[in-house]
Amino acid sequence: MRVLGIESSCDETGVAVFDVEAGLLGHCVHSQIDLHATYGGVVPELASRDHIRRLPALVRQVLAESGCSLAQIDAIAYTAGPGLAGALLVGASYAEALGMSLGVPVLPVHHLEGHLLSPLLSADPPEFPFVALLVSGGHTQLMQVTGVGEYVLLGESLDDAAGEAFDKTAKLIGLGYPGGPQLARLAERGHPGRFRLPRPMLKSGDLDFSFSGLKTAVLNVVSGPEWKPEDAADLAADFQDAAVDVLCAKALKALELTGLSRLVVAGGVGANRQLRQRLDVATRRKGWRVYYPEPELCTDNGAMIAFAGARRLAAGEVPGMACAVKVHPRWPLAALRAPGAA
Amino acid sequence: MKILSIETSCEHASVALLLDGETVERTLEGHSNHSERLLPTLKTLLAEAGVALGSLDAVAFGAGPGAFTGLRLACGVAQGLAMGADLGVAPICSLEALALQGRGDSIYVATDARMGEVYSAACRLSHGLPVMLAPPTCCPPEMLALPAEGRWTGIGSAFAVYGDRIPQEVLDRLGPQQQDAVPRAADVARLAVRLVEGGALVAAEVAAPLYVRDKVALTTAERLARGGRA
Repeated sequence: MRVLGIESSCDETGVAVFDVEAGLLGHCVHSQIDLHATYGGVVPELASRDHIRRLPALVRQVLAESGCSLAQIDAIAYTAGPGLAGALLVGASYAEALGMSLGVPVLPVHHLEGHLLSPLLSADPPEFPFVALLVSGGHTQLMQVTGVGEYVLLGESLDDAAGEAFDKTAKLIGLGYPGGPQLARLAERGHPGRFRLPRPMLKSGDLDFSFSGLKTAVLNVVSGPEWKPEDAADLAADFQDAAVDVLCAKALKALELTGLSRLVVAGGVGANRQLRQRLDVATRRKGWRVYYPEPELCTDNGAMIAFAGARRLAAGEVPGMACAVKVHPRWPLAALRAPGAA
Repeated sequence: MKILSIETSCEHASVALLLDGETVERTLEGHSNHSERLLPTLKTLLAEAGVALGSLDAVAFGAGPGAFTGLRLACGVAQGLAMGADLGVAPICSLEALALQGRGDSIYVATDARMGEVYSAACRLSHGLPVMLAPPTCCPPEMLALPAEGRWTGIGSAFAVYGDRIPQEVLDRLGPQQQDAVPRAADVARLAVRLVEGGALVAAEVAAPLYVRDKVALTTAERLARGGRA
């Protein structure tokens, strides 16, 4: 069975072909970073315009690179949410129409389910059950995962997502958009310890997060009288330290509370080198293990959507043939059901 | 000639099937669920006529100008159907489609572009079909202007919404306006015929909405220049 995957929930157009026996046949992501950079953030209308301009050509390109024709596609999976409504609608319109025209089933996929299952696409995949730490520009969540579609929310950010805090902090210290990865690079040149930044909710006793206070603390530093731009690297290091401290502590606590030994880290912030080092060291000490997606699959992509769709179909999910173009800009992951479950 | 068409540029959406000069049209009622009803309605339309997608000569869509999300819905669906069934796409200007309903042979189309602006185009009939004299524009109603000569028929939602802001000399040369008319899928299909006959269909990856309003956000530099924040 071959599944065409389509992702268009934010500022990346992703397309992939996944074969249940042969694995990932091809995938490509078109990033809109350059398009939005001059606006200082994602402009939803421009994102939608770019998706519809790129998507059909990207599908043709990925099919060609996969050595696969449209006639060989058995199903289509697309991101139906959560995300930007207009951007999601592009993928949904195209995917549902293509499915109807080819006469193949079409499966709406949850974006975060795609991220959460993406480490299963790596050469050394984790087995169920595991704890998943989803960290991106839009989400910060800890989930207990016992199988495809079996997700229990353990904790989440009550305000900003971790990646959002990275981006906003980067903006405060004058880095370009999107600043998160730039901030992380700057932090590697800095020395932490000069600025006392809070670790919000570190001792809250639960598995929830909060990052807006950390961002405000950075704002107070950079608008204070003693702030010198040449201290940016040190401040970046302190910010990253604080954010990573909280993410690590909560992820470890989630493993402890659930009694599980496998941690899956997915989403754009999962590529952060310091986060990975800290988690690797801390889990090794306890005999636990951390799993990451392949680096190119950390950000939004079509491969994870094709894969999630394929796993659901393989597990017996029967997609509706309603051909309804319907998106879910807000869609809690815990609302999903296992394939075949009522 | 067989053409399937989609027009969702405003809240009154419709789809149509043109079969050898005859059109069958279905309207999609209810603004909020255009997107959910669109494909099932197309499917029924084809099934009732006993027409397979693959036997069509083209998929046509109202490309705009109009509501951005509606334009992309029509375009995305046209792209998907066309790629799957290996068909060419006919993007049709929604104002030109609206002009087909105009009485007379000089038709001035003006629709509500929201944000206090109007989409407009002047069309003249050629072999019974409207042709725009210039590409459609987006401007405040005060800026509307007719071509130099003659009397024109006014059509479109802008006349009811902005009647008090349209210059009097424009209104004087328009006569009674067809204020309630909206673009129809059947007219989109009729206009697509000339693209099929002229070999002017486009591939799915080239089919695009006609937004006309292209400035939709301020860059960081523009915000700063206006005294805003980065």
